[in-house]
Amino acid sequence: MTNNDQKAKSKEQDPNDQVLLDVRNLRKFFPIRKGFLQSVVGHVRAVDDITFYINRGETLSLVGESGCGKTTTSRCILRAIDPTEGQVLFRLDDGTVVDVAALPEREVQQLRCKMQMIFQDPFSSLNPRMTLLDIVGESLLVHGMTNRQQRMDRVAELLHLVGLRPEYMRRYPHAFSGGQRQRIGIARALALNPCLVVADEPVSALDVSVQAQILNLMLELQTQLGLTYLFVAHDLSVVKHISERVAVMYVGKIVEMAKMEEIFYAPRHPYTEALLSAVPNPDPRLRSQRIVLEGEVADPANPPSGCYFHPRCRYAKEICRVETPVQKELSPRHFVSCHRAGEISLRGVVMNKPGGIEK
Amino acid sequence: MENGHETLLSVHNLKTYFFQDEGTVKAVDGATFDVYPGQTLGIVGESGCGKSVTAQSILRIVDRPGRIVDGEITLCCASGAEIDLARLRPNSKEMRAIRGTEIGLVFQEPMTSFSPVHTVGNQIMEAIRLHRDANKRQARERAVEILGQVGIPKPERRIDEYAFELSGGLRQRAMIAAALSCDPRLLIADEPTTALDVTTQAQILDLLRQLQQQRGMAIVLITHNLGVIAEMADHVVVMYLGRVVEQGPVDDLFHAPKHPYTRALLRSIPSIESTPRVKLPTISGSVPHPYSRPSGCPFYPRCSDFMPGTCDQQEPSLQPVNERQKASCFLYQDRQKASDE
Repeated sequence: MTNNDQKAKSKEQDPNDQVLLDVRNLRKFFPIRKGFLQSVVGHVRAVDDITFYINRGETLSLVGESGCGKTTTSRCILRAIDPTEGQVLFRLDDGTVVDVAALPEREVQQLRCKMQMIFQDPFSSLNPRMTLLDIVGESLLVHGMTNRQQRMDRVAELLHLVGLRPEYMRRYPHAFSGGQRQRIGIARALALNPCLVVADEPVSALDVSVQAQILNLMLELQTQLGLTYLFVAHDLSVVKHISERVAVMYVGKIVEMAKMEEIFYAPRHPYTEALLSAVPNPDPRLRSQRIVLEGEVADPANPPSGCYFHPRCRYAKEICRVETPVQKELSPRHFVSCHRAGEISLRGVVMNKPGGIEK
Repeated sequence: MENGHETLLSVHNLKTYFFQDEGTVKAVDGATFDVYPGQTLGIVGESGCGKSVTAQSILRIVDRPGRIVDGEITLCCASGAEIDLARLRPNSKEMRAIRGTEIGLVFQEPMTSFSPVHTVGNQIMEAIRLHRDANKRQARERAVEILGQVGIPKPERRIDEYAFELSGGLRQRAMIAAALSCDPRLLIADEPTTALDVTTQAQILDLLRQLQQQRGMAIVLITHNLGVIAEMADHVVVMYLGRVVEQGPVDDLFHAPKHPYTRALLRSIPSIESTPRVKLPTISGSVPHPYSRPSGCPFYPRCSDFMPGTCDQQEPSLQPVNERQKASCFLYQDRQKASDE
């Protein structure tokens, strides 16, 4: 931590207390070191000046290709890594706003019971030498629930909540299937009654037939417990199913952010359009005329000039090569960073005729 | 359908078991399907359904303790001769000649399937020199040419790079180049795009389709992603716990699925066009552990059309449901009610 003394708590009331998490100008650069003296020769701009907010009880999804900074963003928010710059304003239950990015380590630990994480891989994220009771109860112990009986009751309650039998408490993770393990991961995340749950690709390691179970569980828990999700994923059909708002990231920047319907049916950024059209549609009658993006994702250590997307963009003009686009609010709460966002009309998801799949 | 096409590869009642101390895992338990020249056969299923082991069985590269215990894999060679691959010894001269020249394989993880200590070019050239009568210079020319064909920019420079120097998409292209270096007539692609991003996936699928058109080769595409299947396949085989549960042309499979498993699977995937934030219909439970495989139909514990006394007692076989589709389910066999529309 840089400024341990400088407490970043403010008692001022935000006019809009719907906002649970407000991320402002977040940056995370990783230094590239080279040579004998390990001198810094450059930076990987993993997250480069992103700003967004999440309302209480809402689901915001971060989507993008691998290496676009979505996982780094979620880690910065939880302070699993320290951001280079920017604010992560988190509103506590009593209305006070805390800047997670500037808190000293000890207070971050206190705050972590309000923000929890669900991991991608249910096989590597559970310690094989701990029973379910230890795994789910560990955070309870850390946060002061020292009575064993009390802890067992709480773990039983949590296992029940995620659809596992409480009798399984004494078993080890190897006895469970992928879907069940992900349920254990969810139970662990919910142990301390968090407000914000960061789910980093929670279903991408699961079988297709189990994905739906976990997505249903996450939606159920959200209504039941009033959770707020920050959902990090690359599978757009899953994202569409679960989110209310979507932020599309490309090389460390948010290129478009809007309500789910607007992103999917009326995208305004060429990258969103290309991303949507790349998703294979599970209907052979809709073999789409896909927009196949040429080339590779830009290198975040050495991004292209101007708009980072211009070398792959079909609509790029001279200005895109020279000037970095600023984020504009095209319609209420629909943010786009593109020079040509107003002029071009883009294609969203093609809707199927009703009655496609026989039920 | 096929209009009397010759089959290129015909797999009949293939059984590959793994004999272990804890018991026998029936990874593939009676798979039957045909591959036709110039067409794409999609094999779809969840993890543990035996789709990868099927591919490995065809190429005879099943790791011990796995063994093909029964069945035929008939390959119709370029010369016109029919060879039963299941009868050949895995390390025999004939089998080694078939790998690469007749059948090429693309793996899921290009990072682990390339050697990290040899350049990409070296590995492609090795295959060319093994199968073709070519000297070093000719092999190199051929490797550069094929790398160019799969869309790798500056192939004459990339050929001397190592696999870790290439990005995921380029690595998978190099993998395809290696598989195609000796012009196989059948390409088996085992989850070729699973480790890739959607945009790169679109590029690779496009490439496979182009190459298929140019060369007229058949593709066996193995994946768990129904979207990829819908996009690419002509025919589809759905597998569950080592068995083929349904088989048919791609359009029928997606628009008139017969087997309860296929139907449930199609309903449970969140499609990009389904209604958001509503409960998805699910398949209860999960894929059973291979040691505790249910008796009778392997799907009955999760099946919504489970008929007590029938499904848990007898094993259904793969039977035609109509002139195009086949399903392995008692719904269509006991009562002979094929048309449920």
